[in-house]
Amino acid sequence: MPRLTVNGQAIEVPAGTNLIEAARVAGVEVPHYCYHPGLSIAGQCRLCMVDIEKAPRPTIACNTVAADGMVVSTETDRVRETRKSIMEFHLINHPLDCPVCDQAGECWLQIYYMKHGLYDPRMTDEKVHKPKAVPLGPHVILDAERCILCSRCVRFCDEITGTGELGIFERGDLSEIGLFPGKELDNKYSGNVVDICPVGALTDRDFRFQVRVWYLETATSVCPGCARGCNLEVHVNRRRPHHAEGRRVARLKPRFNADVNRWWICDAGRYGFGFVDANDRLLVPTRREGETTSEATWDEAIAAVAGALRRLSPDEVGVIASPRMSNEDLAALRRLLDICGVQRIAAGVPVRAPGDQDDILIRADKNPNSLGAELVGLNGDARAVLGAARSRRLKCLWIFEHDLLASAWPDAEVLEALNAVEMVIFTGTNANRTSGRAHWVLPAAAWVERDGTYTNFEGRVQRFRQAVEPLGQALAAWDMLGRILAALGEAPAATRAEHWFRRLAATVPAFAGLSYQSLGDTGRMVARGVSASS
Amino acid sequence: MILTRNFARSDAHTLRAYRETGGYQAWAKAQAMEPAAIQEEVKRSNLRGLGGAGFPTGTKWSFIPKNHAGPVYLVINADEGEPGTFKDRYLLERDPHALVEGMLIAARAIRSATAFVYIRGEYVEPWRRFSAAVGEAYEAQYLGRGFDIVVHRGAGAYICGEETGLISSLEGKKGWPKLKPPFPAIKGAFGAPTIVNNVETICHLPHIVNRGAEWFAALGTTTQGGTRMYSVSGRVARPGVYEAPVSITLRQLIYERAGGVTGNGRLKAVVPGGSSAAILTADEIDVTMDVDGLRNAGTMAGSAGVIVMDETVSIPEALMVVARFYAHESCGQCTPCRESTGWIYKMTRRIVEGRGRKDDLDTILDVAKRGAGTTICAFYDGAVGPYISYIEKFRGEFEAMVRR
Repeated sequence: MPRLTVNGQAIEVPAGTNLIEAARVAGVEVPHYCYHPGLSIAGQCRLCMVDIEKAPRPTIACNTVAADGMVVSTETDRVRETRKSIMEFHLINHPLDCPVCDQAGECWLQIYYMKHGLYDPRMTDEKVHKPKAVPLGPHVILDAERCILCSRCVRFCDEITGTGELGIFERGDLSEIGLFPGKELDNKYSGNVVDICPVGALTDRDFRFQVRVWYLETATSVCPGCARGCNLEVHVNRRRPHHAEGRRVARLKPRFNADVNRWWICDAGRYGFGFVDANDRLLVPTRREGETTSEATWDEAIAAVAGALRRLSPDEVGVIASPRMSNEDLAALRRLLDICGVQRIAAGVPVRAPGDQDDILIRADKNPNSLGAELVGLNGDARAVLGAARSRRLKCLWIFEHDLLASAWPDAEVLEALNAVEMVIFTGTNANRTSGRAHWVLPAAAWVERDGTYTNFEGRVQRFRQAVEPLGQALAAWDMLGRILAALGEAPAATRAEHWFRRLAATVPAFAGLSYQSLGDTGRMVARGVSASS
Repeated sequence: MILTRNFARSDAHTLRAYRETGGYQAWAKAQAMEPAAIQEEVKRSNLRGLGGAGFPTGTKWSFIPKNHAGPVYLVINADEGEPGTFKDRYLLERDPHALVEGMLIAARAIRSATAFVYIRGEYVEPWRRFSAAVGEAYEAQYLGRGFDIVVHRGAGAYICGEETGLISSLEGKKGWPKLKPPFPAIKGAFGAPTIVNNVETICHLPHIVNRGAEWFAALGTTTQGGTRMYSVSGRVARPGVYEAPVSITLRQLIYERAGGVTGNGRLKAVVPGGSSAAILTADEIDVTMDVDGLRNAGTMAGSAGVIVMDETVSIPEALMVVARFYAHESCGQCTPCRESTGWIYKMTRRIVEGRGRKDDLDTILDVAKRGAGTTICAFYDGAVGPYISYIEKFRGEFEAMVRR
């Protein structure tokens, strides 16, 4: 482990650490553009110059490995001047169109100019002109004039996805990022190039011109798109509701987690939040009698469900829960079903087509909490529940989230089941063909509208936080389940998701010892080799 | 004359003529020498790289890791792109077997079984001649018995003459210079230890082996042995390639070899080592043309391309042409070079077109000085040579233009 000093501070770093990362250890930020810890070293932007004792001139930190006894300075006059010069070079051909650029507010040209540039502009000649607003693929658009040619996007497509769509073409100041002939930037991770683009060259077609980034608020979260559970930041726009046509969730951004997704997320996850503000959101509890559907209050809905659970024998109730529900929801449901003695329980429903999977992040299981459902003991035989409904042994069938009419089950069998049951209850965020056939629809809060945890396929329990208020009267599933429990005479309903997580930790061995505090921002693994609760 | 001794023979490029003049005898001798002994001989000869950097050849070879298990490559830089330089072209066309024999010796010294010769794309005839010589050498079994030569043609980018840009291009990639470290001798072509040597450098090897390091060293100065080929162009009576000991002065070269100055007959300036070398004024030509002599004069021997300008030449126009070249040829990989070569060209053009401002001169000098030493490769530092020297040494001429 080499020992060195950075700005006079003695540090020790693992062998092979470069000087940008070593400086980080000392709490010193070395400005840079082309360096990215997840990509190979390019050394192209030349901004990360530092002074190393005895070196004749400043050296790039990204390509210099920390060595024993090195004396590194990031703030000598010489380094400051070099940085200023490099900033000027980066900006002479830049269009300086910040007022119309989506990157403004999170642009490293702006940030470093204010911190390290602050020179008086001297470039008075015509700038180099390059293509603008070039769609590279379904999600990403290029402004070549804003590009500083750091090559991060090129390296991402070469090294992470291995798809190699992008290259740098032409020479000198005519150089520009572009697609190889016949290629389109349509790999499953293309949105990441927008994240790693330090400037406004690559922007998100989904996000651009929607809202200024300084109006956004952030919540840490986890992607619900598959069993990987990539760590996210949810960026929401509450301060300018008239922007973006009222879409509250503006975008999802990956959040670094060394053990789950590193710096990346897939496009399916990144752009999969549209349902949150979609027109088919379920906003109020509704009751259907024959062809007539009417709104109900939560009190009426809870009384109806609690009444049915009280009235019917446990054999007459079937529940198809969902691996899209959080651990807290599942814990509350488990509790409810236990006190009612309901045995016909399942969570997973077969899908029509197997999901895609790869060696990077994407998992075939498109549910965020299949393992959680299994550990909580809700992984019964869904087919048996459906069968019980079809053979008229059930009087009440409660379905969470699923659209059974979009499952691998034949529509005829599902319709037969739904028609045979006198009380179909649907709990979910958005309307679907199944909810349309339910007698009671209980609107659930989407994952960004509530707190909770998912257990990913490897057994990592990770928290997601509320970013926006639930739409309409929607309630988190754990909340509505708690109210039903209260209506059945259980202790007063919990007001926080954490209550149910504590209960989980106390009752399910796999979760023993875990708490919201201990999960932190990057999660913890469930106990290994512990079987599901009975 | 050493390198150019056979140039007068019209059949000098053939194996028969080469053998008649003693060809491949050095290789026979070298085969009896240990690789370390060849390296030692070349070190003692004071042979320095003649492509531009002037690095001691034997020392460069010694950077190959000892006891390296995998392949080691020898790469010959025949990309000769430095403006004002045309010596390697003559060697490839008129004495290609000298290069083949030199490569055999160099390959033995660094234990390389495969060599690549990267020939500038525009050099069609040199490529034909050299390829034919390689064919003859295979037939005569100098090649193919433990040592192979692959001839590779470039596509015309100046930067592919920079040794790591050349390696990138050879590997099938865009000709972008690589970050150093690692240096090519540690990790070069295709990830293997690689020595990149210039054509002319390698052509000296048979003579060093034949006649000994002391003989070669004695031809030059105390720090650089031998002769080299000076490409003299511009306003001289007899432009061409002249071989001379490196201790020759610039004045001798211009007046005694190239026939003196034409135009109005009065010398104004000389670029002594290819376009990247700082310019010298008429009263700075009593300087020896070796690496250290020119370095001490504030310029460089570079590729020994001597460009002579008489008093009718406009230095601002000359700078504009040079600046246009560097803007056009900058590979665009790293920022200072990519951005400022274009910027400086625009300023020089504006000055020449009569739209210059007084500030422009100081801006060019400042930009050039700020960018110097910040880039991946030596290209930009090469461009800075003319940017700064043309303006500093002929400032009056520039100022007269910006006042207009």
